[in-house]
Amino acid sequence: MSNWQPTASPAALRRRAELLARVREHFLMTNALEVTTPVLGAYASAEPTLENLVVSGGGVQGFLRTSPESALKRLLAAGSGDVYEIGPAFRGNEYGRLHLTEFTLLEWYRLGKNHHQLMDDVAALIASAGYSDGILRLTYADLFQSCFACDPHGVGTEELMVLAGHLPLSPESLAGYDRSMLFDALFAHRMSARLSELGAVFVYDFPLELRAYARLDDANPPAAQRFELIIDGIEIANGYYEITNADEQAACFAAENTLAQSRGIAPVQSDEFWLAALRTGLPPVAGVALGIERLQLVLESAATIADVTAFGQ
Amino acid sequence: MATFSTNQFKSGLKLLFDGDPYSIIENEFVKPGKGQAFNRIKLRNLKTGRVIEKTMKSGESAEGADVVDVEFQYLYNDGEDWHFMNPQTFEQITIPLAVAGDAAKWIKGQEMCEITLWNDLPIAVVVPNFVVLQIEATDPGVRGDTASGGTKPATMETGAVVKVPLFIEQGDLLRIDTRTGEYVSRAKEE
Repeated sequence: MSNWQPTASPAALRRRAELLARVREHFLMTNALEVTTPVLGAYASAEPTLENLVVSGGGVQGFLRTSPESALKRLLAAGSGDVYEIGPAFRGNEYGRLHLTEFTLLEWYRLGKNHHQLMDDVAALIASAGYSDGILRLTYADLFQSCFACDPHGVGTEELMVLAGHLPLSPESLAGYDRSMLFDALFAHRMSARLSELGAVFVYDFPLELRAYARLDDANPPAAQRFELIIDGIEIANGYYEITNADEQAACFAAENTLAQSRGIAPVQSDEFWLAALRTGLPPVAGVALGIERLQLVLESAATIADVTAFGQ
Repeated sequence: MATFSTNQFKSGLKLLFDGDPYSIIENEFVKPGKGQAFNRIKLRNLKTGRVIEKTMKSGESAEGADVVDVEFQYLYNDGEDWHFMNPQTFEQITIPLAVAGDAAKWIKGQEMCEITLWNDLPIAVVVPNFVVLQIEATDPGVRGDTASGGTKPATMETGAVVKVPLFIEQGDLLRIDTRTGEYVSRAKEE
C-alpha cells in the first residue's frame, strides 16, 4: 500500500488535541458531564437523509450510530444532568471536501435551556476554542427573504418549484422533488452562497419541513426551534430545543418513515429506547451536535476535512 | 454504455447529457444541515469546449459517454479534411476542418496530436502545446531592438498570425504557445 500515511500533519494533530482539551475545559467550567455511549446500537437513525452503516456478523445485528442522540437522551431521562460526548459518528455515502463517512461529533445537552440560550453556549465554546470573530444571528425566514424575496413559512410548493427551476437541476429530476428537498436544493445553492459572505452566522427558526426533532413555536404556521451555526458557508453545528413529548417524537419518526417511503427508501424501526426514555419524562432541554473536524478546519482555514483527520482517506 | 452513480463521479469521467459528451472537471458533494445530499458538478462539453454546471441528487445516475483520447500524427489537409495516421498501426483517419477548429492553424505536418473520439468518431483535436513555425511575412525587423517591448504582426507558414517583437525577421523560426497563440522565443531549425 502506498497511501498508508496519515492525511493530517503532526502539527494539525497537535492542534486537534489542543482543541479537544479546550472543549473539555469549557464543559468542566460549565458543569457538563463527559460520557461515553455505545457506537454500535440496535436501532438505525430514522432520518431519511442519513444512510446508516449496518453491522452484521459476530453474533451482532446492528447499526453504527449517526449521532449519540438516543443514548444521551436516555441518560438525561435517567437523571444524568447536563452531558456531553466526543466520539465517532458514521454516515454512509458522505465523502468529499467537507464530509467523511467516519467523523467526530461533539454533542451536548443543557437542561432547562432553549435554543437561544444554547446558541450563547455554543458561541462561548467557539470563542474559547479560538474563534474570535462575532457571530451574527439570522432567522431562516430573513435569510430566505434576502435570497428569494418570499416567506418560507407556508410558501406554496409551486412557488418553491419556480425558485428551484432557476438552479442547474435537470427538469426531470426536479419534478420528483418533495417540499423538503426543494428547501434543501435552495439552501445548498443560493442560501449557502449568501451565508459564505457573512462569516459566522447562527441561522435559527426553520420552516416546518426542516423540523427534524425540534419543538415547534406558537406561530401560525409554526417554526421549528432549531439553529445551525455556519461559518464561511460551512455548517459547524446543529442545535435544537428538543422534543420531550414521546408521542410528538413518535409522530416525527412516523413522518420520517412516510417521507422515506415516498423517496423509495426503506423505513426503519422506531427507536423504542428513545421513546421509552421520553415517556418517563424529560424536562425542557436543548441539545446540539458540532463537527469537531469542521470546527478545526474553519479555525485553521484548512482546505479539506482530510487535512485535519489522522486518516481521512 | 454503462451508467455511473454520483458516488462514482470524479474529474475526467465522461458523461452524456442532452445528447452531448461531457467530461467532469469538478465534482463537489454538498449536503445542507440535516438535508438532502447533492453533487454539484462542472462539466466541459467535449464538442464545443463550453463549461456548464449541473446539480444532481446524490444517488442519481448519468449515462457514460464512450469517449477516448488517442494520439495520431498529422499528415496533411486537402482543404476540406485533415488526415491523421496512427503511427503504430498506420490506420488513417480524416477529420473535417470544422471539427479541428482553430487548432488547424498551428500545425504543418508530422506533429503528434491528441484526438478525442466519441463513439469512434473524432470530435476534437488538441495540437501540441508548443510548435515551431517559420515566418512567411512580416515588416522588416528593427535591428537591435530587443528591449522596447513593441510588437508587430507576423504571418506564419501555416497562415496563422502572431504578434512578435520588432527585431524578428521574415524567415525566422518561432516557438509558439498554441494555447494562448503567443510568441515564446526564436527557435533553431529542428
